[in-house]
Amino acid sequence: MSRTDRRGATGRNVLSGALLGVGVAAFVDETVFHQLLHWHHFYDKSTPGIGLVSDGIFHAVGWLAAVAALFLFADLRRRRVFAPLSWWAGLLVGAGGFQLYDGTIQHKLLRLHQIRYHVNLVPYDWTWNILAAIMIVVGLGLLVRAYRMAARGADA
Amino acid sequence: MPSHLDHNAAGAAMAVWFAFAVPFVAAVGYVAAAGRVRRRGGIWPWWRTALWCAGLLTAATAILGPETLRRHDFTVHMIGHLLLGMAAPLLLVSAAPFTLALRALPVGRARQLARLLHAEPVRVLTHPLAAAVLNAGGLWLLYTAGLYQHMNSRTWLHLAVHAHIALAGYLFTAAIIGVDPAPRRPAPRVRVAVVVAFLAAHDILAKYLYVHPPAGVGAEQAKAGGKVMYYGGDLLDLILITVFCWQWYTVSRPRIRRMAT
Repeated sequence: MSRTDRRGATGRNVLSGALLGVGVAAFVDETVFHQLLHWHHFYDKSTPGIGLVSDGIFHAVGWLAAVAALFLFADLRRRRVFAPLSWWAGLLVGAGGFQLYDGTIQHKLLRLHQIRYHVNLVPYDWTWNILAAIMIVVGLGLLVRAYRMAARGADA
Repeated sequence: MPSHLDHNAAGAAMAVWFAFAVPFVAAVGYVAAAGRVRRRGGIWPWWRTALWCAGLLTAATAILGPETLRRHDFTVHMIGHLLLGMAAPLLLVSAAPFTLALRALPVGRARQLARLLHAEPVRVLTHPLAAAVLNAGGLWLLYTAGLYQHMNSRTWLHLAVHAHIALAGYLFTAAIIGVDPAPRRPAPRVRVAVVVAFLAAHDILAKYLYVHPPAGVGAEQAKAGGKVMYYGGDLLDLILITVFCWQWYTVSRPRIRRMAT
């Protein structure tokens, strides 16, 4: 396989992983925090218009990302170019990125809704965002490794 | 309920009549065309006919349900809107009615239809962006510009709104996952971007309605209706997205089989 092939495949592996990461984070957010725990609120009275726009776009992207990611994954498999390291790196960066955006911009800056109500928010906010940051850092670390290995032609 | 919403029995009867007549004619026409193709030795899969009939049934239910059950219940209205504007188009578009028409019509007529399908206005209207704006824009007008209230008291407006929801829904769905002959569709990434924008507009409107009820709708009804719109829209868009990705997956199948390593 040529080197460009390999690199293109790696890019698509990262993309598939990242999209699934975003989709899973969005799904967990909706299922666990909105529907099961009822911590998050569908609408918070302090939500401004721009918060609704951000929520709408991210909600839409979340759905599409999860489905697209799985089809991309199937495509990588049938082409026999699935690279687990790149894929997992993408997944962690995607999930962490979504969660960090949700935890900082959407919860705090846009005040879409809070993580939980009638409790001291500080530990919740820190746990939420630190977890997100850890996922991003580990993901980026894996990504660097994946690209180094791909450059040597070894990640498969 | 304000009384001006209720003195419109004639309008309701008219809507019911339309909801029976239009799908009935469409179903008979489709089945006849499929029969004609088969008699000439052509092939028309039975499941496309089934999809068409299911789509028409969905559209009819979408109109008849709210009319006959609880006309002014916002949640019922919203379920009807999802069925008419999203569920029915998914089924109808997948039934490929224009492909069937092209095969069933005599050659001259089929040529005319093919020319029509590639005419300039059709090309503009079937562009995903135009279809999405027609679709989402219509919804925003309906619920935020006071149309919703007038719709329930004026028969022609009621029919026009339903026709618009159904047609705009069809155009949009066809622009994203259509299988009928059409002017060249934009690249997948453009269509993906349009789907995201449309779904976002749908979600934003749903949450907006949750707190800003249209005139004539109570606060609790608006909340219930807004949630139905948000999550129902998600579910139907999930189907749209899955079909879209499936089409991409099929089309981008690698041509040359790699040697097993």
